[in-house]
Amino acid sequence: MTATHPGPAGSRPVLSVRGLSVRFRMPGGRSVAAVTDVTFAMAPGECLALVGESGCGKSVLASALLGLLPGNAQTAGRALLAAGSAETELLTASEAELARSVRGRRIGLVPQSPAAHLTPVRTVRSQLEETVKELTGITRRAELRAAAERAAGRAAFPPDHLDRHPHQLSGGLAQRAATALALVGDAPLLLADEPTTGLDRPLVDRTVDELKRHLGGDRALLMITHDLEAAERIADRVAVMYAGRIVELTDAPRFFGAPGPRHPYARGLLDALPGRAFAPLPGMPPELGALPDGCAFAARCDRATATCTTVPELHDGVACHHQVTAGKDARHA
Amino acid sequence: MLELCDITAGYDRRTPVVRGISLTVAPGEAVGLLGPSGCGKSTLARVAALLHRPDAGTVILDGEPARRWRHRAPRDLRTAFGVLFQQPRLSADPRLRLAELIAEPLRATGRRREIPARVGELADRVGLGPELLARRPHEVSDGQLQRACLARALVLRPPWLICDEMTAMLDASTTAALVAVVESYRRESGAGLLAVGHDRTLLTRWCDRTVRWAELGGSAERPRTR
Ligand SMILES: Nc1ncnc2c1ncn2[C@@H]1O[C@H](COP(=O)(O)OP(=O)(O)OP(=O)(O)O)[C@@H](O)[C@H]1O
Ligand code: SF4
Ligand SMILES: [Mg+2]
Repeated sequence: MTATHPGPAGSRPVLSVRGLSVRFRMPGGRSVAAVTDVTFAMAPGECLALVGESGCGKSVLASALLGLLPGNAQTAGRALLAAGSAETELLTASEAELARSVRGRRIGLVPQSPAAHLTPVRTVRSQLEETVKELTGITRRAELRAAAERAAGRAAFPPDHLDRHPHQLSGGLAQRAATALALVGDAPLLLADEPTTGLDRPLVDRTVDELKRHLGGDRALLMITHDLEAAERIADRVAVMYAGRIVELTDAPRFFGAPGPRHPYARGLLDALPGRAFAPLPGMPPELGALPDGCAFAARCDRATATCTTVPELHDGVACHHQVTAGKDARHA
Repeated sequence: MLELCDITAGYDRRTPVVRGISLTVAPGEAVGLLGPSGCGKSTLARVAALLHRPDAGTVILDGEPARRWRHRAPRDLRTAFGVLFQQPRLSADPRLRLAELIAEPLRATGRRREIPARVGELADRVGLGPELLARRPHEVSDGQLQRACLARALVLRPPWLICDEMTAMLDASTTAALVAVVESYRRESGAGLLAVGHDRTLLTRWCDRTVRWAELGGSAERPRTR
């Protein structure tokens, strides 16, 4: 296995995010710093896995890219989608443009909590057919039916469940229905927010393999996941988020294998796996409404020093003043 | 003792998803039930918690067969179970602040006076600070909401816990943390646990014993995928 990936340096990135921040204004003049100064790019054909503790801002980042943030949100930074001939600045695009030419067409979304996103009163088949009609222009009944069934098949959704309503599906089946819907538009960028929740291991493997296959050479996949095994299976690179910031951005084989994660938080995350130490990180996840100055992980970090009262920049893929190197400590000021 | 005897259940009598399943959990015991996606384990978990009436079979709680289900079940039986599902969004009233969500069972059972102390103690245990407690479900992440749901499940100190893929949408560290909360509660209360899921590594690490769905006498086949 090689550590090379279709690096952002090569071809023009499908998505290029610079200094993206999201703040939620809360009553009493407070604000929640859900995403802070996030920068990354995604090359055609690349799968980037975004991992991190619950509540660290992963879904908010995805919502920001799709223009799906609630009214109390404010964004800063840039997010350029360059798909096909068109270029769109996602953070400033109008709702009309996002609805008409971005969501579903140029960015496909597999939402977290799919059961809450499917339309409750309609069968899976009718939702699939309608999406096919809207995104592909197919109108003949027989063709619609066939296209919907193909889409279901790609997401391993069982054909004998197509005529069911969402409430009649298990969590895993609802997940597959949502994946099928997201694949219909053949979008150049796919955002999958926990696409394998509720699936057993064989189905996880099958689903992520299908997502990966879907990339071909020119589409990109941003997969938000807690399933580190799934991330290891298909990701080219891994981005680790903590308290709204990307604290490590590394080639997947180096992250999961040797030398392993370099950020202390990322180390702790891998060690929490039931197959490893099964030990939670000490302390509590930070409240994004009241972040400390400096490194947000300091209160839980056994390597913290006085230097950590300043925010570490992302340097060579790690944002830490005292990153872990294989075996021994390394420091760069 | 929680006994599930020859349970058949589902959503359409002609095609039950659970067929003839039997399973026993002793007081204080932690049993992990492993089954593939869509096999019917969530339905069985709901039957065990008296939330879903089976088509056939009996649920026996400490020697007493259950006769009524859902809101008709007698209060002391209903409140004997702390239940956690995979999707906290589907089981949390969107209008309530997290603090109110946790307190809900106390309010519903007329034990308002216990609310401040009990909510404070549980919020500490599950790792929710005052700022998050004041938010509503749409203002928190799924993992934060699941922490609140765990606190709610423990608020009446139930002798039984039913966890249906409680950690499926949580990161590794939050999973380890919430399992640790469940286990410390069980150590001090002696509560029994039925945890269903498909993560073998997790359930074998967590539970005293694990059983596989296929071993329980169930004949329900998994939905075809081709
Ligand atoms: N509408 C909102 N108003 C205020 N805060 C919000 C809002 N929506 C989300 N947040 C906060 O933003 C932060 C990031 O939430 P997000 O849903 O992105 O987490 P996540 O990383 O996707 O977590 P999970 O892994 O649990 O899904 C959380 O602290 C959450 O409480
Ligand atoms: S910057 Fe300091 S506190 Fe933050 S992770 Fe690195 S060592 Fe720990
Ligand atoms: Mg999320």
